[in-house]
Amino acid sequence: MNHSAISRARQRLNLLRWLLQTLSSHWLRHPVQLATLFTGLMLATALWSGIQALNTQARSSYDRAATLFGSDATERLISTQGQTFPQQLYIELRRGGFRVSPLLEGRIRVMQQNLQLIGIDPVTLPGDTRIASVSSGQGSLNQFLTPPGQTYIAPETLQELGLAAGDQPLVAAHHLPPLTERAGLPPGLLVVDIGVAQTLLGQPDLLSALLIPELSDDERERLTQYIKHSTKEELRVASSDEEADLARLTDSFHLNLTALGLLAFVVGLFIVHAAMGIAFEQRRSLFRTLCACGVSRGVLILGLLLELLLLVLLAGAAGMIGGYLIAAWLLPDVAASLRGLYGASIAGQLQLSLWWWLSGLGICLLGALIASAQGLLQSYRLPLLSIAQPDAWLQRQQSLHRKQGVIALLLLLAALIAWQSQAGLIAGFIMLAGLMLCITLLLPVLLGALLQLAERRSRSAFMFWFWADTRQQLSGLSLALMALLLALSANIGVGTMVEGFRQTFTGWIDQRLASEVYLRAENETQALAMVEWLEQRPEVEAALPGWSTEIQLQGWPVQLQGYRDHATYRDNWPLLQRSDDAWTQLAQGSSAMISEQLARRLSLSLGDEVRLPGIQGDLPLRLVAIYPDYGNPKGQIILNLSLLKAHWPEAQRGSFGIRLDPQAAPQLISDLQASFNLNASQVMDQASLKSWSTAIFERTFTATSAMNGLTLGVAGIALFSSLISLASSRLPQLAPVWALGITRRQLALVELLKTLLLAGLTALIAIPLGLLLAWCLVSVINVQAFGWRLPLHLFPLQWLQLFLMAIITALLASIWPVMKLARTSPATLLRVFADER
Amino acid sequence: MLTIETLNKQYPTPQGPLTVLRDINLTLGAGSSLALMGESGSGKSTLLHLVAALDTPDTGKIHFQTQELSRLSESDRADYRRRHLGLVFQQFNLIPSLRVRDNLAFQARIAGRFDPQWQQTLIKHLGLSALLDRYPEQLSGGQQQRVAIGRALAGKPDLVLADEPTGSLDEKSGDQVMALFLDLIQETQCSLLMVTHSTRLASQLQQQVHLVAGSLT
Repeated sequence: MNHSAISRARQRLNLLRWLLQTLSSHWLRHPVQLATLFTGLMLATALWSGIQALNTQARSSYDRAATLFGSDATERLISTQGQTFPQQLYIELRRGGFRVSPLLEGRIRVMQQNLQLIGIDPVTLPGDTRIASVSSGQGSLNQFLTPPGQTYIAPETLQELGLAAGDQPLVAAHHLPPLTERAGLPPGLLVVDIGVAQTLLGQPDLLSALLIPELSDDERERLTQYIKHSTKEELRVASSDEEADLARLTDSFHLNLTALGLLAFVVGLFIVHAAMGIAFEQRRSLFRTLCACGVSRGVLILGLLLELLLLVLLAGAAGMIGGYLIAAWLLPDVAASLRGLYGASIAGQLQLSLWWWLSGLGICLLGALIASAQGLLQSYRLPLLSIAQPDAWLQRQQSLHRKQGVIALLLLLAALIAWQSQAGLIAGFIMLAGLMLCITLLLPVLLGALLQLAERRSRSAFMFWFWADTRQQLSGLSLALMALLLALSANIGVGTMVEGFRQTFTGWIDQRLASEVYLRAENETQALAMVEWLEQRPEVEAALPGWSTEIQLQGWPVQLQGYRDHATYRDNWPLLQRSDDAWTQLAQGSSAMISEQLARRLSLSLGDEVRLPGIQGDLPLRLVAIYPDYGNPKGQIILNLSLLKAHWPEAQRGSFGIRLDPQAAPQLISDLQASFNLNASQVMDQASLKSWSTAIFERTFTATSAMNGLTLGVAGIALFSSLISLASSRLPQLAPVWALGITRRQLALVELLKTLLLAGLTALIAIPLGLLLAWCLVSVINVQAFGWRLPLHLFPLQWLQLFLMAIITALLASIWPVMKLARTSPATLLRVFADER
Repeated sequence: MLTIETLNKQYPTPQGPLTVLRDINLTLGAGSSLALMGESGSGKSTLLHLVAALDTPDTGKIHFQTQELSRLSESDRADYRRRHLGLVFQQFNLIPSLRVRDNLAFQARIAGRFDPQWQQTLIKHLGLSALLDRYPEQLSGGQQQRVAIGRALAGKPDLVLADEPTGSLDEKSGDQVMALFLDLIQETQCSLLMVTHSTRLASQLQQQVHLVAGSLT
């Protein structure tokens, strides 16, 4: 590089240095504006990255579980008769030259927590499985296999149990082998040697599956023939895709969380946009001066971008810490929801990757750029010779409102197209976002029209000024009011949906759980003993067994439930659609009933035929009823019990429903516990089961409610920051009125009244928008996400609460700016006139 | 140093194009001063803006030293203002977030020509010693204009362009500021092109030209 190039580069750096110092001096002179911008960026990043942390955490757990036995859906051999099969079959297969590996799975309770236990034989495990890589290496095979052995556990699960490596907690009168941390394992899982698992689960010489390594076509054919002839069809090949199903089933849950995170992010960006807009406006004359002094527009934009980058780094980093805290706060509830709804185990300790930090900062930068784009563009196009007009901002706002109107119409069009396309959940969210943003963008136009109408109808000069000035103030507050509208309507919409769901769910569960006592056996032997025991009890009117198995229909997991014909079902089971004598037809064995979500997924209607794959080939059944099955992510089909047992011999007995006089239930439960040594989760009365189910339901919406509350808080901050930023720029409008004889105190009260009026009008508009949102959630999003459609209930009291909350938010946001105005010195007000010379 | 040849400028208006400057020819030598006089709307400020390369002519040429301004890129025009010009506006146009001391030094600093000694001289001459830590909003109009003059001269420019520098001040303050301004221009040995409608102020400069309806008379 020659001397002149170095000198030129040095000059440019020098220019940039002084430019940055000058630009940053604005923020030092306007610390509240800086704090607003910082808060907006920080909150937007925190809420978005918090949700992403939760999703990442959950998905990482699913991935670890899904790839435990292979990179894809590894095949396995399972019993055609029941949950387990004799170990002898494994020995025969190995002797037959098949490289299968034994597995025994079950659940145990350790330190009051229900964990999955897997027994493996590390020597025969296929080498490409995650569990093989976990159990091999580190020279630990000998320690794992030789007494006392080892129990592999994920570090976060060990921490959640409150235990340390090397501990040997007691399980069913046996000590677990010393706990040993293995980072690659999914949470909520213990891995032991197969012999240890057989002892701990009380299933000696039994296995639940045999893992099959990748097979060539010839090997597969040989295995199929071997199973057919040598094992007398006691085993069948199944793909282990339950964990893959988990990711698919939970997609909707995570998409809903993401949508809420995105909403909060957008509301946060409104703050950034408002603060940036005001900052650009206030610095308009500064930019002209800079250009006049010899700063080119390119260098000015570069300086503004560097300033933004610095803000992003600081606010983004603070936001990421906030996001971590939010995620840590919500994780227990989200994990409980996922466990309750989907049976998914999520690690309780947040583990965040470098990617999460970088993507969080990236989204913060992207958001800041979007929020500042308008200001940056205006700065670049800034005419150097324009004379600053006091009402230029208002004029630009009016032009902006026209543009917003056009964008709103385009968004409405996009929403209508998405609605018509009915192309899944994403289309549902596009419709939802389109409608919400459309009405949000139209808000300033609507409010402006209302205020203009009031202005025309006012009779006194003061009221005329009041309405006209409120309209002028609207331009500065519109972004904050838009954020408030989004937050309020989201609250109304989600609140209406949750409350409606609560009512529907409570009514549904009252009907569905009709038996007085529910009982679950540990195994078939115990179940048979229970049946015999119950038959001896005169107070028991009926013991209704439920059997189930799982199949795949069009790639979706489906639970098949078999029930005996009984009046309990006829009288209580809630049905959405039914044909005549549905229960009689079900009892006759030629028909089935289908859950609402499965009917939607498979596009099946009443009267359609469904073909269920069983051991005797496909079983055709006519659908005679569609029933609601809220909270169950999997589809379900009910058929006659004997039909289920005949076609799916591997079906398992589920819980019994016991009918008896409710007064006699406590004694029966106590006797059952004493006779069969049952714990509280194995025998439950109706009320306990209902409250347990409701508690899971309530927890499902904890994260939603928290996000809603945070979003409303963010909107409150947006309003506050806009009012603070506007406070000083309002002086030129207020000083003449003060000079004409209105006291500062009166002016402050009028300012307060104006803010409350705008917030109140916004809240009123939020009610129909919220109801529209609720309708979208209930009729489109829920149907697409979960497969069930709920009736839309209205809760006017909730609207009133939110209206008052909006007023209180506006009041709190106004207090400081209004007090500041009331205390503005006459000298400051007089300076307005001095500056006008 | 500054040569203007057959300069024309029009602005579009709803009623059709409005000719603001018509066939302007002007020369300003190094170290000399020229007052550009005329009524409001005669095109004085437009001519000043064209010389400052804040705007571009429709036809005609402006040569500054060896450069033809209309051929410069936006970046080079900024470079020209930074290195060669000092601008004094009627509305002061100080940077509100910078203290007086930083406002004074601003243009010299971004031009890489900051000279602390000269800065001290300016501060002393302009009587700003006691005001250095104040912000512009804490100054009177006369004080603000003294800071603006200081800022324009801090980088020892080749040419100072002043647009009615005392237009916002009362007569007494205006006279004081003008006296200081002309003293410092002399000390800096730079050229001065000043727009004014005051014959009294214009008479203090070496040359005077009148603009009437966009033409020099």
